[in-house]
Amino acid sequence: MPYIAATDADRAAMLLRVGAASVEELFSDIPASARFPKLDLPPPLAEMEAMREIEALAAKNLSASSSAWFLGAGAYYHFIPAVVPALASRGEFLTAYTPYQPEVSQGTLQAIFEYQSMAATLLGVDVLNASHYDGATALAEGLLMAYNAAGKAGAGQREKAIVCADLHPEYKAVIASYLAAYPIRLEEVDLPPESAAALADASTFCVVAPYPGFSGAIGDIGAAAEAAHAAGALLLVQADPIMCGLLKSPGELGADIVAAEGQSLGNPMCFGGPFLGMLGAKASLVRRMPGRLVGQAKDASGRRGFVLTLTAREQHIRREKAISNICSNQGLSMLQACIYLAAMGKTGLREVAELCWNKAHYAASLIAGLPGFAVAPGRFFKEFTVRTPFPAEELARRLPRRGVVPGLPLSRYYPERTHELLVCVTEMCTRAQIELLARSLEEASR
Amino acid sequence: MNLKEEPLLFELSSPGRVGASLPLCDVPAAPVPPELARDGLALPELDELGVVRHFTRLSQKNFSIDTQFYPLGSCTMKYNPKVNEQAASLPGWRNAHPLSGEEFNQGALELIHSLQEQLCEIGGFAAGSLQPAAGAQGELAGVLVMRAYHESRGDSKRRLVLVPDSAHGTNPATCTMAGYQAKTIPSDAEGGVDMAALAAALDETVAGIMITNPNTLGLFDRNIEAISRAVHGAGGLVYGDGANMNALAGVLRPAEVGIDVMHYNLHKTFSTPHGGGGPGAGFVGVRADLAGFLPGPIVARAEGAYALLMPARSIGRMKSFYGNFGILVRAYVYLRMLGAPGLRRVAETAVLNANYLKCLVEGAYKVKYPRRCMHEFVAQGDLAEGVHTLDVAKRLIDYGFHPPTIYFPLIVPEALMIEPTETESKETLDEFAAVLIRIAVEARERPELLHAAPTTTPVGRLDEVAAARNPTLCYRS
Repeated sequence: MPYIAATDADRAAMLLRVGAASVEELFSDIPASARFPKLDLPPPLAEMEAMREIEALAAKNLSASSSAWFLGAGAYYHFIPAVVPALASRGEFLTAYTPYQPEVSQGTLQAIFEYQSMAATLLGVDVLNASHYDGATALAEGLLMAYNAAGKAGAGQREKAIVCADLHPEYKAVIASYLAAYPIRLEEVDLPPESAAALADASTFCVVAPYPGFSGAIGDIGAAAEAAHAAGALLLVQADPIMCGLLKSPGELGADIVAAEGQSLGNPMCFGGPFLGMLGAKASLVRRMPGRLVGQAKDASGRRGFVLTLTAREQHIRREKAISNICSNQGLSMLQACIYLAAMGKTGLREVAELCWNKAHYAASLIAGLPGFAVAPGRFFKEFTVRTPFPAEELARRLPRRGVVPGLPLSRYYPERTHELLVCVTEMCTRAQIELLARSLEEASR
Repeated sequence: MNLKEEPLLFELSSPGRVGASLPLCDVPAAPVPPELARDGLALPELDELGVVRHFTRLSQKNFSIDTQFYPLGSCTMKYNPKVNEQAASLPGWRNAHPLSGEEFNQGALELIHSLQEQLCEIGGFAAGSLQPAAGAQGELAGVLVMRAYHESRGDSKRRLVLVPDSAHGTNPATCTMAGYQAKTIPSDAEGGVDMAALAAALDETVAGIMITNPNTLGLFDRNIEAISRAVHGAGGLVYGDGANMNALAGVLRPAEVGIDVMHYNLHKTFSTPHGGGGPGAGFVGVRADLAGFLPGPIVARAEGAYALLMPARSIGRMKSFYGNFGILVRAYVYLRMLGAPGLRRVAETAVLNANYLKCLVEGAYKVKYPRRCMHEFVAQGDLAEGVHTLDVAKRLIDYGFHPPTIYFPLIVPEALMIEPTETESKETLDEFAAVLIRIAVEARERPELLHAAPTTTPVGRLDEVAAARNPTLCYRS
């Protein structure tokens, strides 16, 4: 086997040193009746056979690169410069572990520090951690963080969180799983952020608002922040990081905690994972933050270096009193986002966001002009909801065969919303593809 | 190793440089309302080669498995096969969208289904879910399953989960997140669960026990069947922490010794890369009557097609979509190449390597529990007056080795937790042992070498206390 160096001669020499007659003898602590079971697994393959099998499986999926692609809804088809995978796949990054020994992990540590710095700037927060599993868990842990800061510890034991209904349905499901054991009351309201926040009262520790919503709608985060703060609650915003390249950041608008899905920043869709959970906050909340943080440090001769810091928040130190049980996070996805932000830089990220904005608005204007179709009113960035003259599910099933993936039928999550399609337009869509989408929708409705 | 200081991206920035090329806008521009528009974005500006040199130089400041022996105990730093990376980067995976519909993603669903089945077979579990994104999330899912089980029986007085004092910190932290109180059970003189303490702790308030076996001392708890019987007798469930599954795959199916719920870390046992701290993946497997509580969706096969399915009484979703899929592809390829005989060979070699290394160094280092170990063992680094484990760890760096896990488990003072894995050669183990022995001599004769270490790295020991007192967590110009 190519992954094991020991030869029969090595094995014999090692057994002799250990004083065992056979390898089996080393397992004598294991109950004899259950030792060395016969496993019913497929027979082993050689590398070329395994690749042949995996290529055949991969080819059975619909690839965004082979269609006009207008499906987003939490996983986005954005441009990834070649430098991102080329650098992130270097073995020194890929096969290192959590930087517990800082002197031999400065590469990973400095990259995390740079990511924390760039991502905090993008989202408008003072501090941002080294990553969560994805946007949904970052949001759930952000909510627990708010509870620890303003609920449990706050005056009057606030136990209510007001949650805008226009969040990704799967994010709401993850919040429910994470909060199952906490004495937290979730109040879901089908209102825009500013109206939802106006409902905050003395029992509310947090208002959770999307920017933009699952529907694509952009609400008034500034007004939501004011209303939440007036009631003594924190504002937790779920943001789109690409949008923050063009529009005001949630931090700038007054959010106390910001969670985001960072997949768009240099990570492929990869059937939904691995993604990148981003979680940032105002400086005053840093000691309530879950997850790993990297800080700047000095050695005895004054050289700058980077270390994992404020670890007294974490499970390996605090055990049952830790803020979260998170240990491994999404290191490599974070590195990809770091390289992406470095390559895009100040002007590149803005250009990407402008392309999304312009193309999405062009697509919306074409679709709004089609007989029987309507685009939901209000502001949006790259995603918007379309009312269709017949069930949207039919479009999602039929159009891919013509090379167009038109978006997400909302009935997939909300069975009663049969005539709504969530359309996403990124910089990857060409004008010709957008016009093909409009034409396909029109033809389908004839 | 690259010893030269590498400036931060912000310090390399020059106004007007661009590192990526984007197409011209081919549609009419739509105005952005001024009250929405952002004023500026203070990201660095670099050209493409500048970005490439920066990250390449940073990578050269890391130790990694590809460059060094990396014997971090309980982390299973085995070789990460390159074919896994090639397989995971196929466009059919990278560009597959999680919501395009089951009929358009049969390849991905088939892979998840097959991996679920193989991982269940390896552990002896009736059903499993690949939702969890990491080991700790697998633990949370598993303990939430235990909670849902008790609640489904109307058994609401259970509020404690027993956790041996040798456990990973994630175990007690997980109990808290799942709404349970962690109660510590001491270890006995052999390093196993103290059976008398266990018996005394068991009553109708105990939801279950979280047990790592082999434990963090690298020892297989011979009482495992008695532990399971006792916990089951009190109405509790037995949770298996599979962090150390590398010693067991192909050797023992944990379900056969009474484990009811268990997670494995695919980034340990199943060779997926650690990536500088993730992404990992955490399979969670259960016995038949707990299958309905699993986190979902999981993949089922019906009428020749694969479909996503939410278990009937699921604890819900642990993350969006279907787990860290790209990691699952890597683990799948690894398992397909190993098969059952390969898995057993892996476990046997991992255990032989650990025992061999232990024999080589135990004259020079104390090993607290001197019986035969499984895939890892715990030595102690207090070699001489004033010399500590931290000094040994830093001196190892000067000799070109990544240090073992240090100061863990907490029940062994000055712990050096060493896990060589199966992929290291006898020559590497011999060389590492020789260096450890040499360091033990240095500790007595020239302790200043240990105290000054490391001296061969881009920075020396960093002042972590000062860094935490006044944290600088972002670049400030």
